[in-house]
Amino acid sequence: MEFGFTTAAYVVAAVLFILSLGGLSGQESAKRAVWYGIVGMGLAVFATLIGPGAGFWWLSIILIAIGGVIGTVVAQRVQMTEMPQLVAAMHSLVGLAAVFVGFNAHFELVNVLGMDEAAKKALEGFGALIAKKDVVEQNILRVELFLGVFIGAVTFTGSVIAYGKLAGKVTSAAEKLPGGHALNASAAIISLVCLIWYFNSGGILPLIIMTLAAFFIGYHLIMGIGGADMPVVVSMLNSYSGWAAAAIGFSLGNDLLIVVGALVGSSGAILSYIMCKAMNRSFISVILGGFGGTAGPQMEVEGEQIAIDAEGVAAALEDADSVIIIPGYGMAVAQAQNAVSDLVRKLKIAGKEVRFAIHPVAGRLPGHMNVLLAEAKVPYDIVMEMDEINDDFPSTDVAIVIGSNDIVNPAAQEDPNSPIAGMPVLECWKAKQVFVSKRGQGTGYSGIENPLFYKENTRMFYGDARDSLDKLLGLID
Amino acid sequence: MKIGVPKEIFEGENRVAMTPDSAKLLQKLGYDCIIETKAGLAAGFSDALYKEAGVEIAKTAASLWKEADIIAKVRQPNDTELKRLNKDKTLISFFNPGGNEAGMEKAKASGANVIAMEMVPRISRAQKMDALSSMANIAGYRAVIEAGNNFGRFFTGQVTAAGKVPPAKVLVVGAGVAGLAAIGTSASLGAITYAFDVRPEVAEQVESMGAEFVYLDFEEEQQDGAAAGGYASVSSPEFREAQLAKFRELAPEVDIVITTALIPNREAPKLWLEDMIKAMKPGSVIVDLAAEKGGNAEGTVMDEKIVTDNGVTIVGYTDFPSRMASQASSLYSNNIRHMMSDLTPEKDGQVNHDMEDDVIRGATVTFEGEITFPPPPPKVQAIAAKPKEVVPELTLEEKKALEAAEFKQQTKNQVTLLAVGAALLLGVGLVAPASFMQHFIVFVLAVFVGFQVIWGVAHSLHTPLMAVTNAISSIIILGALMQIGTSSAIVVILAALSVFMAGINIFGGFLVTRRMLAMFQKS
Repeated sequence: MEFGFTTAAYVVAAVLFILSLGGLSGQESAKRAVWYGIVGMGLAVFATLIGPGAGFWWLSIILIAIGGVIGTVVAQRVQMTEMPQLVAAMHSLVGLAAVFVGFNAHFELVNVLGMDEAAKKALEGFGALIAKKDVVEQNILRVELFLGVFIGAVTFTGSVIAYGKLAGKVTSAAEKLPGGHALNASAAIISLVCLIWYFNSGGILPLIIMTLAAFFIGYHLIMGIGGADMPVVVSMLNSYSGWAAAAIGFSLGNDLLIVVGALVGSSGAILSYIMCKAMNRSFISVILGGFGGTAGPQMEVEGEQIAIDAEGVAAALEDADSVIIIPGYGMAVAQAQNAVSDLVRKLKIAGKEVRFAIHPVAGRLPGHMNVLLAEAKVPYDIVMEMDEINDDFPSTDVAIVIGSNDIVNPAAQEDPNSPIAGMPVLECWKAKQVFVSKRGQGTGYSGIENPLFYKENTRMFYGDARDSLDKLLGLID
Repeated sequence: MKIGVPKEIFEGENRVAMTPDSAKLLQKLGYDCIIETKAGLAAGFSDALYKEAGVEIAKTAASLWKEADIIAKVRQPNDTELKRLNKDKTLISFFNPGGNEAGMEKAKASGANVIAMEMVPRISRAQKMDALSSMANIAGYRAVIEAGNNFGRFFTGQVTAAGKVPPAKVLVVGAGVAGLAAIGTSASLGAITYAFDVRPEVAEQVESMGAEFVYLDFEEEQQDGAAAGGYASVSSPEFREAQLAKFRELAPEVDIVITTALIPNREAPKLWLEDMIKAMKPGSVIVDLAAEKGGNAEGTVMDEKIVTDNGVTIVGYTDFPSRMASQASSLYSNNIRHMMSDLTPEKDGQVNHDMEDDVIRGATVTFEGEITFPPPPPKVQAIAAKPKEVVPELTLEEKKALEAAEFKQQTKNQVTLLAVGAALLLGVGLVAPASFMQHFIVFVLAVFVGFQVIWGVAHSLHTPLMAVTNAISSIIILGALMQIGTSSAIVVILAALSVFMAGINIFGGFLVTRRMLAMFQKS
């Protein structure tokens, strides 16, 4: 088929992809938008298969079919609490594919350069494209595929580690090899040296060394980041997988790859930005791990944590007219979302106003809590963002904190020396009464003392979130 | 242990310290309950109802006092009742310890522990047992109802076929618990409600209840009422004059005045003077909730309703809670029940009279043969008297200047960014060949489109966004598909692997997105 048809199909696919991302602005339009994405992808693959340069199309179709079956099974089996792991695992696949495609581009380049004029003329597709390039263009091609492989390799190992941390297979604490960031820096320098080497020689050795160095960077960088910073990490890797695709697109001269890569890249970058803003930390400080320096001793927390049992919580809920629930990662860990949903249903039947307050970094993935609550059939119009609901706490009777800690820490506002000072938080302590469902007395992942637990109007509802809620459900009619 | 509730002896007292509902909850704490026969009758709770709730009925007061370990009642105990105390008993009741030296001495001599309900400190933890507040709430509500009873017109304004009816104007003096309850009731009946208080910091609460706060033109710094534990204190003569002048100005306008101004342990201040009453329209009503302490209005007669020469009715009843005995009993019995649950942390029906606890210590007036009144100040400050940070209102010019400066800064930032970006781009253009620049334009535009589109994505859909971007980033499959057709074996293998992995991703990503989106449901 003509080359023009392929390009036309790419244009249509690009438009469909943009629409499919844009449609995510609302829950209803999103359901339609995902079809745009599917059609766009189908069109792009079809146009490429019948386009110039593609061979072995039967093999391709079989492979896509096998991959598709695996993908379908995974998509249907995955628990919503496991979404962060799944997303990370899928990033790693994109990263590895980018590495392979980049290497292939290198092999092709070497191959084509070794041919005589007659053989070059006989080429078609990608080979023909390379054959037409002059020396400058070939050098640019080298830089492009080098970048693509580098980003892809970082994405691959980074995502594998992120997957391990999210799935609990690797410790979620921040761990660094001795040498810390110096190791990352030297690996980066090695990669840079390899770039110059490769640029001049065009041999495969610098490419391989760089790939290994990039693998190490991805591994070590993500190992050094703690569990609660995972939303930023996952969106950053999302961004990287996009940039990798874009870089590969440059080297293959494929505009659709460039467009989609840029879309995905900017999407991930914006998500990372939103997450960082919600933690009041710079992107650099999150990626390099650890919190910023503190200006002085933290405020002493006065008072004591007062425990309460399920009967007490039930009585308070019975008296309350308005309730706000603040879920966090602890709810996901305890798989308590269905119990929460049942509680909401009972309270709503009793004529109470129940809403959810979601902090942007609650959970391990941007929007994680929304998906969990949606799975438990909580209607999305009672699930509010932080900015929508923060002013309503003073007129709320009961706030229930389930498995969140730092995002409801008043120290962020009250204590200028706190490591999280200035981070926007949900002001649940302004509610008339606050119940905190928590495993035990320890501090959260960040190790920051939470003065909320010591407030006059706070009661601690200790125990596993799911057990506690089940007990509570039995007491409310 | 056994909790007993005697019938109130005081003439005209209809309340009772335990209701069938509260009895059930007390039993959950591990206590047995006993009540004197007919104790709840006046409040609408028959002996049968108590029996149904598992309460034992005592035939006489004497047998009840003998059997019960804890006696809960409403009114301050009289001599006969005090004589029945002994060192094994705990009495929970209103006690008026400030003006009841003799009673305290007797209680001390008996060795009984006495908890005075009016001494519950005003801290947020103790609100649930603050009987003064729950009684004041009822008094405030009833005051408006009583006023309406004696007032010949509607509260709310109406336009009817027969003519227009103006709304009544109500002034509430003193915005404590009773005042706020009166404000809320009056406003919800539709009257135009004004409220005054010497503590300007309550203006916000007043306005939230639907009334207009009456401010004084008074320069002197008004003292922070919260300093006195949330109660009002005596004001300076100048302040008083300014206050009276304001009332004089309002008197001819208002139809109903409800006064609730009380200062702890003092005579009620006289705020509504003879001349103001004279200035009021005939048919107007004054309800004086401070009548027990002499009244805020001149001419108030305690426990009576009088009509002045110019036709103004002054209601001086002091038994408003008792007039709503059923409501008052259920609230008071809840206060008692909360007090008991604080006294029984183990829920084992055994009293643990913890004198280290701020609330219990504060309310206890005699303990193990000692008078423990007055209590030391509570460890926790009564009401967080945080000085409000006053953000100076910006003038229009200042605001404009600020906005202009911000705009300038934004423009500067944007222009700098654009300039740097353009310079970099031009620099690249100088060295790069045209074929590269073509792709580069596509790239830059796509990044721009991406930024514009992604900002519009709802926060709640960020996870689906990640899944869908994941799926479409598998577009890398195109690269692999283009390469798979070559002759080199290693290229074919690597490309095949890439196609395979991208295939997983495409299907997995899109399907999981669809699954997630299908879960989002409207209520």
